[in-house]
Amino acid sequence: MKVLMFGWEFPPHISGGLGTACFGLTKGMAKLNQVGVIFVVPKAYGDEEQSAIQLIGANNVPITRKEIRFEDVQQKIDYYEVESKLVPYIGEEEFWTLKSRKYSKEMRFVQTNDGYKIEFSGKYGPDLMQEIRNYALVAEIIARDNQFDVIHAHDWLAYPAGIAAKKVSGKPLVIHVHATEFDRSGGNANPRVYAIEREGMEMADGIIAVSTLTKNIVAEKYGIPSEKITVVYNAVEPVVNGDRKRLQKGVEEKIVTFLGRITMQKGPEYFIEAAGMILKKMKNIRFVMAGSGDLMNQMIARVAELGISGHFHFTGFLKGTDVNQMLRMTDVFVMPSVSEPFGIVPLEAMQFNVPVIISNQSGVAEILENAIKIDFWDTYAMADAIYGLLNYGALATHFKKEGKQEVENLEWVNSARDVTEVYNSVLNL
Amino acid sequence: MKTVCLFFQIHQPFRHRRYRFFDIGNDHYYYDDFTNEAILRNIAQKSYLPTNKLLLKLAKQYEGKFKAAFSISGLALEQFSLYAPEVIQSFQKLAKTGCIEFLSETYSHSLSSLKHKTIFEQQVKLHDKIIFELFGVKPRIFRNTEMIYSDKIGAQIAEMGYNAILTEGAKQVLGWKSPNYVYVNAINPRLKVLMRNFKLSDDIAFRFSNTNWAEYPLTADKFVNWLEKANPKEELFNLFLSYGSFGERQPKESGIFDFLEKFSMQVANHSKLKFATPSEVIEELQPVSAESVPHPISWADNERDLTAWLGNGMQKEAFEKLYNLRHQIAKCTETEMIKDWNYLQASDHFYYMSTKYFSDGEVHSYFNPFDSPYEAFINYMNVLSDFKIRLNTFVPEDEVENEISALQKIVAEKEEKIRKLEATVSALEKKGKMKKTRLK
Repeated sequence: MKVLMFGWEFPPHISGGLGTACFGLTKGMAKLNQVGVIFVVPKAYGDEEQSAIQLIGANNVPITRKEIRFEDVQQKIDYYEVESKLVPYIGEEEFWTLKSRKYSKEMRFVQTNDGYKIEFSGKYGPDLMQEIRNYALVAEIIARDNQFDVIHAHDWLAYPAGIAAKKVSGKPLVIHVHATEFDRSGGNANPRVYAIEREGMEMADGIIAVSTLTKNIVAEKYGIPSEKITVVYNAVEPVVNGDRKRLQKGVEEKIVTFLGRITMQKGPEYFIEAAGMILKKMKNIRFVMAGSGDLMNQMIARVAELGISGHFHFTGFLKGTDVNQMLRMTDVFVMPSVSEPFGIVPLEAMQFNVPVIISNQSGVAEILENAIKIDFWDTYAMADAIYGLLNYGALATHFKKEGKQEVENLEWVNSARDVTEVYNSVLNL
Repeated sequence: MKTVCLFFQIHQPFRHRRYRFFDIGNDHYYYDDFTNEAILRNIAQKSYLPTNKLLLKLAKQYEGKFKAAFSISGLALEQFSLYAPEVIQSFQKLAKTGCIEFLSETYSHSLSSLKHKTIFEQQVKLHDKIIFELFGVKPRIFRNTEMIYSDKIGAQIAEMGYNAILTEGAKQVLGWKSPNYVYVNAINPRLKVLMRNFKLSDDIAFRFSNTNWAEYPLTADKFVNWLEKANPKEELFNLFLSYGSFGERQPKESGIFDFLEKFSMQVANHSKLKFATPSEVIEELQPVSAESVPHPISWADNERDLTAWLGNGMQKEAFEKLYNLRHQIAKCTETEMIKDWNYLQASDHFYYMSTKYFSDGEVHSYFNPFDSPYEAFINYMNVLSDFKIRLNTFVPEDEVENEISALQKIVAEKEEKIRKLEATVSALEKKGKMKKTRLK
């Protein structure tokens, strides 16, 4: 079986958990050895690990089909007229020459570079909506040029691509909901994003949600029948052995860490309130908020207001190895997310023998046993749990041992198996 | 003649409220009065009172032919007097019939037998005292917390002067042997050991209303028939149950009360079956052999061991930390402190911290006021931290603190003296003034 997968990011060029999850899943698939994966990202940098998959960057796909030799522009256009109703243009001048000819209304124009390729940033910039549309255009071409049985699109940025590929190939589409607009926005959903998500869900033949929490949101907020939705939990890539060494930290104090985007969704303010309460009771402790986001300045201000800046640190955005470094120095990891479809970071923390506190409003809380679970708004419980972990040795010892073991049993190959089941069901196998 | 030995256990802990670390050193009240009262009132109404009423009726109806034994923890008795004094009265009425035997146990339903001899003895004495005060009897038979038993515990119990102990007929110690005989302790053969027939006991306590059970519905006829058909040489059926089985775990609607009544009637009127209290059992029946129990057993879970209370690191740490305070407690005379000390020892607190039951946590979550074992642990340790701070103010922990407190005592005494002297001085001065004015 071969699957054509669309995702927005792939390690090492990632901004969050999505890329990590896609990578883990494809690796699990490779281990399973039943499904071949063609993975399409908007922009391939060339340094992605491709042992497990075939990676295609949409930015590397010429709009023209290589195998057909064209004599002149006219022929090219003819071809697209017939085949995809897509007209590439290179510069403004050429655009006008092309435009002045007669095309049917269904024809679309798209800016390409000299190699008739579309430029992608692959980021979450201001042209995001345009990029998503372009991505979908390229998806059509990729879908035509490749052989596959199933289409699999990760998150809303890739849904239009998945839909486009489905329309061209007629193959079944599986969409994978790693997060919904409701998680990201905290209720004030962007209607354009919502529309894209909903269209994806309605067009899909099967939906994978990363937790029951997410499944319920998809069913309730998007009006999707829940029989169509399957829950497949994420897993975590084992850390390389040599990577596990605990490095010397520069300070004597215990370190309590928040690691994630500083946005409303992640609940950073609750972490700060809990820190304030604990620092009233004990001083030999430092709180770290690692990450960046739109609430960062507000959070810095709140920390100053509480008068705890001496024990509260902001690191800004951390990348790959820095994340591991941070986790290694951590004594307690807290994920107070307001709405977290899954949440892989606590699993990573557990790999580094770090006890974790997670909110009940996270998908990962559905599967983890060796974690303290609290409601994100219950800062008293959060503070109490942090205090307990730092002061009552047996608790941390228990989590270090049992948590590690538990997390080692969460393997991507199991998730991959579940995903394959979904493929089989949409293919009626 | 075969003997049926009915025994019921009653215990209720003082459950802790959510005690956060901010409360440490600030708030010294640990208990969730609302929950404790609600649970106790509920179980008293549903189970204890109606079952007592039925037993009273049976005792009167079959004069001297119906017998049963109870052990009620000190904490349960305290809660009865706080929230449902009518339960104590109904037990007193039962006690007067002479058909009821009260057994000894630890006051707090504690795990002290596993830790320290002196503490254990104190706990048992305290319990016997309250039983004597309320029911006017001195227990001769012992039943340890949750049927916990080992050779060592048995030997100690014998030393303390008890004649017999009740425990679980655990498979890992009995093996091919039957629990339906009297055994003796492996170290001190003067102590008789009564072993619970867990199959028959649990048929009533757990399976009675289970419609998926092959023997459902369980009738008195059927049950008595099982007893009749048992190996003719077997002489004793030890039915040891939690009293809440009647009306609580097995609701009234399941017909459990009818079952109990019919069963009792049939045994009382039977030509080959009879009831006996544990004391009567050990007088009438000859022990068949010694039973060696090198490692402690209990009636909990499938393992029938201690892992429900002391299975993980958290439980062990909490247990150690609690009993590390025993030297200080020994010197403490504050009644409030002793009270909290007794409440803290309840085995339930450790049970809540068990991590054994993530997958099929039915039984454990049923009794558990906490959402997770971790929460239970943190809460308990917070309470213990506060308790320790208070204890330190009464009984300082080490030399320096001891010295400081001794000095403080001296200072306080001196101050008292100075105050007295000052008072005398001022009194004398007044006198002097008065004299002066008079002289003038």
